[in-house]
Amino acid sequence: MTTALDLSNLRPGFQDPVREAQAAFRLILEAMSNPGSIKRLMLATEAPEGVGSAAGAVLLTLADMDTPVWLSPSLAGGDLSIWLRFHCNSPLTSDPSAAAFALAICDDTLLDLNQFNLGDAKYPDRATTLILVLPSLIGGAPVRLQGPGIETEVTIAPCGLPADFWSARTEVNSKFQFGIDLMLCAGDEIICLPRTTRTLEQGR
Amino acid sequence: MIETQLVDTLARQGWMSVLAKARPGRVIELLRELNPPKTEVLRSPETGMVMVRGRAGSDGGAFNLGEMTVTRCVVRLGSGETGVGYVAGRNKQHAHAAAVIDAMLQSPELSDQVQSAVIAPLKAEKASESEAAALKAAATKVDFFTMVRDREG
Repeated sequence: MTTALDLSNLRPGFQDPVREAQAAFRLILEAMSNPGSIKRLMLATEAPEGVGSAAGAVLLTLADMDTPVWLSPSLAGGDLSIWLRFHCNSPLTSDPSAAAFALAICDDTLLDLNQFNLGDAKYPDRATTLILVLPSLIGGAPVRLQGPGIETEVTIAPCGLPADFWSARTEVNSKFQFGIDLMLCAGDEIICLPRTTRTLEQGR
Repeated sequence: MIETQLVDTLARQGWMSVLAKARPGRVIELLRELNPPKTEVLRSPETGMVMVRGRAGSDGGAFNLGEMTVTRCVVRLGSGETGVGYVAGRNKQHAHAAAVIDAMLQSPELSDQVQSAVIAPLKAEKASESEAAALKAAATKVDFFTMVRDREG
């Protein structure tokens, strides 16, 4: 028997779930097909504290009962867990390799990207999509990006990523088709980096 | 502690059942007469299907009876109570009203008033409706034992 959810601190999800989810899906699709571009998801303003409306809208739009969600230790067990279970019906997992979506607040400690599901040979789409919540998508160390969806080159400068994050990402995506897709979120802004996007660190 | 929780749960099951089965128009009307407090919608009313399951046979194995249309809604009062409404059919106002009433019934200040103004009349109406239906059915009852058995003899 499952325990009843404590709804006393629950925040609302989408006000108009169908339309807002469709609008958010469209923006996520645009962000994913134009890697490095910043899109604003001005929806789900009531996402739980610390997560930001963009990451909240992504989960409200994409997560459902068939997508296990992994939360980083600082987020697990709090209001966010209840919010996700209530609005998305998503099962929460403590096993990162079983997660369809992983949500983490980025701090100085580097997440072990290898712990996530990198997809399998037949179904690379089953890999974990990692959603990182950052303090800001601008003002950090610049990173140059190349790959499908980018005409020549684009530079992003997200703030708050650990120093060796980009080399760890390159490493985990080195055996293409395996790899993880990344969504960087801060407030209501989002940058998507599919595994096909290559990084060229500034100065190299 | 656990016992009082059980009593609370049973009481809540009772009024949720009354609200779910009542006529939508009556629930909305009775709530309007009460001057309901302002609420925040946590889950706006949405219609979906639920599988109704039953048990039959000596071993009580579950079987799927069929799907039914259900509309649900969750609201919160300014004072913090969270109310949930699950009602049969696709009437969104009914689900919203049921959720508001559920929240009000959990509030110590409003509970008694709502019990007497909403739940009691709905319960009475339901009871008289089912009694009327039972009476109508009883009037057509055939007592087979009064038939003459003329084969004997």
